Amino acid sequence: MRSKKIFFLLVILGLIAPFLFPAFKLQMSIMWILVVLALTWDVQGGQMGYNTFGNIVFFGLGMYLCAATQIGLFFPLGEWTAAGGEKTFVHNSEQYFQGLFLGLIVAAIVPVFVAVFIGYGILGLRGHYFAICTLGLGIAAGEFAGGIEIIGAGQGMTSPPWPKGIGNTELRGEFFYYICFVLMICSFLFLRWAYSTRFGLVLNAIRDNEDKAEAMGINTMKFKISGWMVSAFFVGIAGGLMGNMIGYIEPVETAFPGRTFGVFMVLMAILGGKGTLIGPIIGAIAFHLFKEGFWTFFLGWQYVALGALIVIVVVFFPEGIMGYLREKFPERFGEVVDEKNRKSQVELS
Amino acid sequence: MNILEVKDVSKSFGGVKANQSISLNVEEGKIVGLIGPNGSGKTTLFNSICGTHPINSGSIKFYQKEVSTLPIPLVARLGLLRTFQQTHIYGKLNCIQNMIISAKSESTGLFSVFSKIPTTLNDKAEALLEFVGLYQKRLLRAGDLSFGQQKLLELAMALMNEPKMLLLDEPTAGINPTLINGIIDRLIRVNKDYGITLLIIEHNMRVIMSLAEEIFCLAHGELIAKGTPEQIKNNKNVIDAYLGTQ
Repeated sequence: MRSKKIFFLLVILGLIAPFLFPAFKLQMSIMWILVVLALTWDVQGGQMGYNTFGNIVFFGLGMYLCAATQIGLFFPLGEWTAAGGEKTFVHNSEQYFQGLFLGLIVAAIVPVFVAVFIGYGILGLRGHYFAICTLGLGIAAGEFAGGIEIIGAGQGMTSPPWPKGIGNTELRGEFFYYICFVLMICSFLFLRWAYSTRFGLVLNAIRDNEDKAEAMGINTMKFKISGWMVSAFFVGIAGGLMGNMIGYIEPVETAFPGRTFGVFMVLMAILGGKGTLIGPIIGAIAFHLFKEGFWTFFLGWQYVALGALIVIVVVFFPEGIMGYLREKFPERFGEVVDEKNRKSQVELS
Repeated sequence: MNILEVKDVSKSFGGVKANQSISLNVEEGKIVGLIGPNGSGKTTLFNSICGTHPINSGSIKFYQKEVSTLPIPLVARLGLLRTFQQTHIYGKLNCIQNMIISAKSESTGLFSVFSKIPTTLNDKAEALLEFVGLYQKRLLRAGDLSFGQQKLLELAMALMNEPKMLLLDEPTAGINPTLINGIIDRLIRVNKDYGITLLIIEHNMRVIMSLAEEIFCLAHGELIAKGTPEQIKNNKNVIDAYLGTQ
């Protein structure tokens, strides 16, 4: 009951946040995107024990697909990218929102199928092999996108600008803030429900002992692929939104940024406590605050500060914030010896 | 009726012939032992039966159905389960969760991934944990239990799945003598009360002689003897395999 109250309080806080801190709208939108990335990374990395660096593929895929759909629906895509930033074609407001809506749908669905396809091939790998393979996927995707002429190749492409005539840039910020916020809440609620079903338990079983799970008759592959489909769905939408918020899509730095977002999503989940539902959210918010703080106050040394933070987390909180709390207060997490029922004590004589 | 029929099964790893045309039958409802010195191919045979690796030749039939070509989860769903020599439990889940996940899921369709966990499973899990004497520790993480308790948990997990037949790989290895008696007692009750056929690998002769009705003995990958515990005790081949020929 109390946790429900806290949840509603936080949701209301999230809803009024853009008016409380109007200057930080974009930063907060990116924060929700990061929360989505951390939450969905945790499906593999935390709950299932498969450390993936490949979720960034769905991010970039969603970003490109969304933008390409938005543009391609109304204008020739090749000419748009060839024109670069020139305003040869302009979306009117109706076209813009139609395009965005359909674009996000495409950005959600196609990555799901890609996840099935790739997952079937590589989810049979375990441990380090899986991690390395997905690392390769992310890099390959960036190079691949950099070679496709119609989406601007290595030069990148612009996503449609906010249509003229409706509101100002403030309204644009609020619009994207709320979409990001709703996406974050949806992915949280979906995962909370999913973890309460057989899905969550099987994922944990795979993490703890996949051989055993198979020996007990569980078709682990089905669950592993389903998990990746879930991640791909939400990450794809997040990518589509991110492309629109930044306004410019470049293959290696924004669409498939393995070095930044690809690593951040791992760090955020670990910082908060992987394998928990709340952990990645706390981790993502804390990480974003730290990161922006470092960029503001230690400019020039920001990566040093970030590196120091990572070292501190890994050395002192290897299980993350939630994991640390669980170690300290196991009773709060329901780990108790039931002393009442004495008669069922282990009597083996 | 034979529940398990192993016929001429051979398996080699490179140059090592781990199993050489082994044939054995297990009758339904019995407790059968499988013994042999270290490296004689007992666990390899278990792995072959469960589908962990493909066999080179021969056939394995469970209820007259060929299982040697089936993947592990399918064999398990037919009702042929195994436990491991090293305990295989889900360390970060608590005992109840360990039990619930071990239950056979009824639906196997496409959307069964997100199926709800039936609440009745909880009672069943608690009852079985009580049966092995772990009821009080049901809310602890399985990884925090002692080795012996983990073995008991693994047994309970296998029972939760309601198998027709259980392959137990050294159920008493590394367990103190008093707890061993408890495990023997539980295994007999599993066989009698639940009607589960047991095939047990065991090094502890006292345990296997008091449990099994029939024993097979392997040495250097071959079946060298079979019979009742009495016959096995006096079999010259078995004594030679364990103590060396004179």
